[in-house]
Amino acid sequence: MYRSHVLVCGGTGCTSSGSQQIIDTLKREIKAAGLENEIEVVKTGCFGLCALGPIMIVYPEGTFYSMVQEKDIPEIVSEHLVKGRIVSRLVYDETVTENGIKSLQDTAFYSKQNRVALRNCGVISPENIEEYIGTGGYEALGKVLTEMTPDEVIQTILDSGLRGRGGGGFPTGMKWKLARNIVPNADQKYVCCNADEGDPGAFMDRSVLEGDPHVVLEAMAIAGYAIGANQGYIYVRAEYPIAVKRLEIAINQAREYGMLGKDIFGTGFDFDIGLRLGAGAFVCGEETALMTSIEGNRGEPRPRPPFPAEKGLFGKPTILNNVETYANIPRIILNGAEWFSSMGTEKSKGTKVFALGGKIKNTGLVEIPMGTTLRTVIEEIGGGIPNGKKFKAAQTGGPSGGCIPAEHYDIPIDYDNLISIGSMMGSGGLIVMDEDNCMVDIAKFFLAFTVDESCGKCTPCRIGTKRLYEMLDKITKGQGTLEDLDKIEELCYYIKNNSLCGLGQTAPNPVLSTLRYFRDEYIAHVVDKTCPAGVCKDLLKYSIDPDKCRGCTLCARKCPASAISGTVKQPHVIDQDKCVKCGACMETCKFGAISKN
Amino acid sequence: MKSLEELKAIKDKMQSTIDLRHEDPAATKVIVAMGTCGIASGAREVLNAFAEAVAENGITKNVMVSQSGCIGLCENEPVAEVISPGKDKVTYGHLTPQKAKEIVQKHLIGGTVVDEYRI
Repeated sequence: MYRSHVLVCGGTGCTSSGSQQIIDTLKREIKAAGLENEIEVVKTGCFGLCALGPIMIVYPEGTFYSMVQEKDIPEIVSEHLVKGRIVSRLVYDETVTENGIKSLQDTAFYSKQNRVALRNCGVISPENIEEYIGTGGYEALGKVLTEMTPDEVIQTILDSGLRGRGGGGFPTGMKWKLARNIVPNADQKYVCCNADEGDPGAFMDRSVLEGDPHVVLEAMAIAGYAIGANQGYIYVRAEYPIAVKRLEIAINQAREYGMLGKDIFGTGFDFDIGLRLGAGAFVCGEETALMTSIEGNRGEPRPRPPFPAEKGLFGKPTILNNVETYANIPRIILNGAEWFSSMGTEKSKGTKVFALGGKIKNTGLVEIPMGTTLRTVIEEIGGGIPNGKKFKAAQTGGPSGGCIPAEHYDIPIDYDNLISIGSMMGSGGLIVMDEDNCMVDIAKFFLAFTVDESCGKCTPCRIGTKRLYEMLDKITKGQGTLEDLDKIEELCYYIKNNSLCGLGQTAPNPVLSTLRYFRDEYIAHVVDKTCPAGVCKDLLKYSIDPDKCRGCTLCARKCPASAISGTVKQPHVIDQDKCVKCGACMETCKFGAISKN
Repeated sequence: MKSLEELKAIKDKMQSTIDLRHEDPAATKVIVAMGTCGIASGAREVLNAFAEAVAENGITKNVMVSQSGCIGLCENEPVAEVISPGKDKVTYGHLTPQKAKEIVQKHLIGGTVVDEYRI
């Protein structure tokens, strides 16, 4: 019996800023204070507010400490844990009010969220199956096995309106129904989990696996019962070592407790799960490539149809769902389809997890009801854009998606709205850009990623994206022509229409959407040979305003290329031939005499 | 292999652990003062007795046992406050683990303030 729990985030973000050392020190200090039988230290998954890591919450008070350092631990133990005095200098400032500390749930970051898929992340220890069971874990599996027929399970998922959270948005219940019925009397079927999250800036699935691995296992077993499969595979990337380790622990514990294996709950239903590690190829997130990789072959896609529901893994009927999709399943079974479909918009039900990144104050993980506006997500939950800069666009769907410009700031986020404005939901990466981001450069960045990750099997993707990249590169160097813009557009549609798999079919999206909303920036690069955001180095020119320059020589001393010359107390000049455009001079100047254009 | 009954038993066993991590604004708060004065006169034992009695009686969902610093009533330590939403705060003094268990039974479960321990 512990009177108090200290929860420390053990997600990847906080771990990289030292949360494991904090846990070790905390345990040592608690022991030294003789409190080891009164206070339990729990390593949890991600709390979501990654920008403020390492994060620690002390219950029952719910005190939220942010940016905790190892050296703060003795103070927290002796003041808070021993004497009940909150260490106010470490408390998350949003929770501090005139009348004391308010609940975390009332802060701007959390109050607009609705955590379904993330409900246990940051609440339980992912390495202890009993904590998961304590929150109602494996109850849904018990319910479907003892009270529901497979058809009833599928009907519940269909009625809930749940759509695939991996990006495509295909109705999950429909997928299950097809896999159950399309091949009568199939001797073997499979349930797969796509945990090959690879978009730059996306970490939703990783956080679910790290924070609540059992929810995925339970949901896969439910899916197995629904479609008539007794074997599952989780395909997770080897670059997620914490997620892999916790999955391994979870699978072993689930077997030990009889939640996986033979004759689950004495109902005669068998189900087991194997883990398969991906080597980090982006294309393996595409379902057919993923299955090919599980089979032991080189991860390359194949044409559909046949769809996996008919002929999937090892040629058998297979369903493949994303981690976040699975994370919703047990709650839908327990709370009912109506509960789930009461959240969200007409065609997009439930909630969606987004990984907020880029130019935003609260970098982290948020789960919002579908239909929340981009403005709410960025301004209220995300805390807005730092340094008083102006919102320019947000990229959703990573390299497969597109940008949402300021004119669509108030659009309710759901699958269909995002498609209609030329972006897509994607798996949930949301990268915020401000006025300092060059949209041509952004398009080039994402395209460089897809060029790198194209598997090379089909020509439109392998060569098309490469040529597209070269043209963008030309534009950012100031050598583009207006004709190139037309060519780019034509090539984009060619690649979209002719590529074999989703990777190629969506690769031009960042280019197309930036061309659609920020054509003037492309034209500025091509016609005026300038980069309005001041990012593309070849188009930049730093100059010193002689009226403002006091001749302090600071810039000349800072310049790594010795491109600035002048005598003391006289205006300095930049030698454009030597300048490497690093911007160091501009940052150093105290008089605002240096400008770039 | 676990049966559904065994699953339920684990859930019940873990209930107090999970409840501790949920902030419920409607919960009654028992706050034990843990200044140096309180600790010296045995507040820690009292705090633990409260926490254990609340868990043993299965009322963790409705009662939160927490601590504060010195509240300035040093001569009455160990001191605990019981704060129920919508009711007047009740302050108990000169507590012992035994008295704490009695307060849990009579006040938190039974709803009757234990007047003899009030200060």
